[in-house]
Amino acid sequence: MNSAIFWMIVGMGAVTYIPRMLPLVVLEKIRLPGLLQNILQNVPFAILGALIFPGVLFIHDEAWYGLAGAFIAFLLAYFSSNVIVVVIGSIVALSALSLFM
Amino acid sequence: MEIQSGFAEKIADPFKQGLQGGISIAIGYMPVALTYGFIAKTTGLSLLETVLMSMIVYAGASQYMALDMISKQIGMFEIIFTTFIVNIRHLLLTASLNEKVEQDKPWKKAIYAFGVTDETFSVAAVQKEKLKTGYMFGLTIIAYSSWVLFSGIGYLAGSSLPGLFQEGMSIALYAMFIGLLVPSMKGNKKVIFLAVLAALFNSLFVISGALSAGWSIVLSTLISATLIEVIVFLRKRKGDCAGE
Repeated sequence: MNSAIFWMIVGMGAVTYIPRMLPLVVLEKIRLPGLLQNILQNVPFAILGALIFPGVLFIHDEAWYGLAGAFIAFLLAYFSSNVIVVVIGSIVALSALSLFM
Repeated sequence: MEIQSGFAEKIADPFKQGLQGGISIAIGYMPVALTYGFIAKTTGLSLLETVLMSMIVYAGASQYMALDMISKQIGMFEIIFTTFIVNIRHLLLTASLNEKVEQDKPWKKAIYAFGVTDETFSVAAVQKEKLKTGYMFGLTIIAYSSWVLFSGIGYLAGSSLPGLFQEGMSIALYAMFIGLLVPSMKGNKKVIFLAVLAALFNSLFVISGALSAGWSIVLSTLISATLIEVIVFLRKRKGDCAGE
């Protein structure tokens, strides 16, 4: 293996791991103020919104493709809380849809 | 009898619950990792280097970015620094996650911390109950295995994957995010507000080109998560005043 590539990978791994690990290890002993706790508890729902849009519009050259996929997933998720059903259903429905387009 | 006890165990064991929770992530990672492996090959990386990057870095966006920068012959320190910038947002994820996981020995948390990604975080964070360490191990192990395995398969299989399949699969991760979000949105105005606001801010930042994708996600998440607390606070105060 190319040793420059190896050390680059190790470096990338280190700078990725540190922000993942620090809060879980350091905050174990520290009690955060209430407001900050509330904000951190809001993060999951906010980040889900940000992870979906606008990224889903860019999965294909045409934005409608991702938009259609998101709509199908939304419908499936509304009627089923099983995430695997939503994932597989969306893949199948979108593949079928693109066959006819 | 045995089947029955086995079933009861399946429900009670947090590790197995974690594995089950991670299945949709494992499916969602498949197309992303396959594509990564394939691009890595065209960039000129060896199979070992390709798989090693997935094993050690384990962060989709920065791995894609590294491939792009390698192909442009950009220096390794710039690649490492950019990786750092792209992945700083994990601070926010693990700080938030720390509010939800059970207290445990730091070394155990330091191990499963390696497996915290946008996706494992999202699945873990929307669970109703406090998260056991075993759950976090199950969840992160299955997602990680999928990422590493399909990186290698993508390298070997290359472009022989059918295009239609690849296209349809590109919705997988987004479908998962939607599948996690929508059930929490039902009847919960706060969740709807948080998600819609963050989606709007992120679209604004990304499409205007004002911020890179990584920073944009961090900033729009923080703005929405904070703004709603301010609104809750103001409405409460207004309510208190009216009551007096």
